[in-house]
Amino acid sequence: MSDATEATVRAEARAWLEANWNPDLGLIEWRNMLAESGWGVPAWPEEWHGRGLPEALAAVVEEEFQEIGAVGVAKAGIRLLAAATLLEHGSQLHKEKFLRRILTGEDTWCQLFSEPGSGSDLAGATTRAELKGNKWLINGQKVWTTSAHHADYGLLLARTDWDVPKHKGLSYFVLDMHQPGVEANPLRQMNGHASFNQVFITDAEIAPEFQVGELGEGWAVATTTLMHERRRADGLRTWARGSDRPGRAYDEERAEIATVMEPYKWYPQRAGRVDLVLPRAEATGKIDDPAARQEIAKLLTLSKAAEWTARRARAAQEQGRPQGPEGSLGKLIASHVARAAAHVHTLIAGADAMLSGEDGPLDGTIAEILISAPATSIAGGTDEIQRNIIAERVLRMPKEPRFDTDRPFREVPKNTVS
Amino acid sequence: MAFSFSDEQEEFRAVLRRFLEDKSPTSEVRRWMETEAGWDRETWRRLNQELGLTAIHIPEDYGGQGFGFVELAIVLEETGRALLCAPYFASTALAATAIMNAGDEDRKRALLPDIAAGESVATLAFTEDNGRWDPSGVELTATPADGGYLLDGAKSFVLDGHTADLIVVLARLPGSSGDQGLSFFTVSGQAKGLERRPLRTVDQTRKQARLTFDAVPAEPLGAMGEAAEPLARTLDQAAVCLANEMVGGAERLRQDTMDYIGMRMQFGRAIASFQAIKHRAADLLVEVELAKSAAYYAAAAAAEDSEDLPAVASLAKACAADAYMHTAIEAIQLHGGIGFTWDNDTHLWFKRAKSSEVFLGDPSHHRELMMQRWDAPAEGAVA
Ligand SMILES: Cc1cc2nc3c(=O)[nH]c(=O)nc-3n(C[C@H](O)[C@H](O)[C@H](O)COP(=O)(O)OP(=O)(O)OC[C@H]3O[C@@H](n4cnc5c(N)ncnc54)[C@H](O)[C@@H]3O)c2cc1C
Repeated sequence: MSDATEATVRAEARAWLEANWNPDLGLIEWRNMLAESGWGVPAWPEEWHGRGLPEALAAVVEEEFQEIGAVGVAKAGIRLLAAATLLEHGSQLHKEKFLRRILTGEDTWCQLFSEPGSGSDLAGATTRAELKGNKWLINGQKVWTTSAHHADYGLLLARTDWDVPKHKGLSYFVLDMHQPGVEANPLRQMNGHASFNQVFITDAEIAPEFQVGELGEGWAVATTTLMHERRRADGLRTWARGSDRPGRAYDEERAEIATVMEPYKWYPQRAGRVDLVLPRAEATGKIDDPAARQEIAKLLTLSKAAEWTARRARAAQEQGRPQGPEGSLGKLIASHVARAAAHVHTLIAGADAMLSGEDGPLDGTIAEILISAPATSIAGGTDEIQRNIIAERVLRMPKEPRFDTDRPFREVPKNTVS
Repeated sequence: MAFSFSDEQEEFRAVLRRFLEDKSPTSEVRRWMETEAGWDRETWRRLNQELGLTAIHIPEDYGGQGFGFVELAIVLEETGRALLCAPYFASTALAATAIMNAGDEDRKRALLPDIAAGESVATLAFTEDNGRWDPSGVELTATPADGGYLLDGAKSFVLDGHTADLIVVLARLPGSSGDQGLSFFTVSGQAKGLERRPLRTVDQTRKQARLTFDAVPAEPLGAMGEAAEPLARTLDQAAVCLANEMVGGAERLRQDTMDYIGMRMQFGRAIASFQAIKHRAADLLVEVELAKSAAYYAAAAAAEDSEDLPAVASLAKACAADAYMHTAIEAIQLHGGIGFTWDNDTHLWFKRAKSSEVFLGDPSHHRELMMQRWDAPAEGAVA
């Protein structure tokens, strides 16, 4: 498709959508058509449900979906991280079994990485995978696992060797969540939602073919997942919003949002809802307050510059040039935006910032921003870890001396977890 | 006394801290915050019988202990630290203070002893739906009728307004505006025509209510139309009180966070051993200590009724609010994922920091007031 231009892609996508989109189709039926035609994920390879288009042209296709109002493939949650990881490291079997059902929304995924004893230090995972006969037996505990209570499959990082340094003893698996040894208990968050879970894994089984990547190479596979997660950090704003049009496909999409996508309901708020700042400032009259104006202007500057930085990163990628440092900054910037937005929303709300639920501004949306924003700088790798990554990988500053990577994992000091 | 506490004051603080650690652990805080009332009469009674907290800054002539704002500030620093669920700020810091500032002699004699004894829980209703913290926002009217007054209008953000026995209400006389015509009244919590609705609040540990008044009979507290001055005084003193309560909360969060990072291991070592974390801890200490200095200085200024009280009250309020909010944000961040959970206690203080940030006016409001009130340097003082 190297001869594709914006004009040809736009015309082709529009023609296909006009010929095929029908809001009265069933959601899965429609998404299967998308998976078959390649228009649902045009940047994916042609042999796996895509059209092999560069990201820039995929964005053009997205615009055509918006234009005609067509429902897209299932996007929210961990599923696209799973897809990206499997496209890169998965076997033929993995791709056949999982990719299409990820796009149709038939399967929901979760990310079983963090544990009570290891969050920032993911490579310190102590969930064990042991080969017993022709099965992997999994034992351990995961935590903060978003959506585990809805998930069909989990991306699992587990230790297969305790006698080598920590990064070398990990392997990566796909865990079937529907089995007796897997128990997911939702944990309530400070914003009142319970979207993440504690997951207890006791003698759960995995067939050897559901190992992803080589034995002991789990860290490299996990790094792929994390890279995609961190890159998408600034995309959180648009999650979990459906259309209000009539039609079976829309109805089913709304039902999906209300159920499997329910855990992500508050995600736009956690990103800070910069879109609400000017309307709120107008509505409250704070737009005329010089002190507030300065803070609003600072926030809008940050948010716009963040958007343009992401565009620069994408543009470099599209032109096939090596990405500059701008590509690694998005996650950290997203934290700055969320925090600044919470501050500005407080300033605009004044006394009303104390009120929540139906008594609060915008039916509690502002309150939800204030008590959700702290998640942004923790989830998906904390700000401190992002800073370390930027310093060591982008700026190539000398690494901190480490005491945990030069010896068998067995001998590394750990948290004592009850 | 602006820069140190006496031995007696330190002793008092220690007793109080032990009492609150015993009576108001976070398990109790969580229990009371889930209730609509938000506090428990029995604990309240013991607090006052055993420690005389509600009497602290009320003169002995009115049944109080006759201490001043420094001692009141100590109590608030400790209740803020413990996140005590009680109408203490409403009744003692706000209502009793307003009555002392604005009340006629006979009304003070009638009202203060019960408040001092903790028998009567009072609150101050001054802010309205517009959320303004200055007299220009007051629209509730007091209309003369049959030798008394009837109140009409609404008040909002009233601390413990749905449970208070006595409500001190700021109203204006018909046809007045700005500082003119402002008057304080008292109304029984059970008065006819008064409707009280608890508000849903971000901070569940301090309850608020919206009150609507429909021809509610009210008794004047002091001189009619003369409330502007005592109100301004009350708000300055209240800002000092809140600043001290906030530094108590900030210090507690800071210490809890230090404990956590000292214990939590990642990468084979305590996270407190990372220089990035040490620098943050050092910065937080600086920020909280600065806020404490401001809050203590302001408490002394209130106790001495110093001329610079209005300016330093606003300075302390803004400084403490910023320090508390920043400490709360850092506390969650340094706890990582567990800091974002409901079961971890950090969010309880985070939410108190958020509501205290805007209650009585946000930091930018107070910085503006501070600049208006700051004495210009004498001419020629600056080259
Ligand atoms: C809303 C939400 C959703 C999440 N969803 C998932 C999910 O679906 N799947 C999943 O696996 N995980 C998930 N997480 C977990 C998240 O990835 C971890 O919370 C995060 O990586 C931090 O780990 P931790 O909680 O163990 O904190 P810790 O690692 O204990 O960190 C505590 C503090 O120490 C700091 N710190 C740690 N190491 C260093 C260092 N070397 N230098 C400086 N500072 C350091 C951290 O930055 C932090 O401030 C989620 C978290 C949240 C809040």
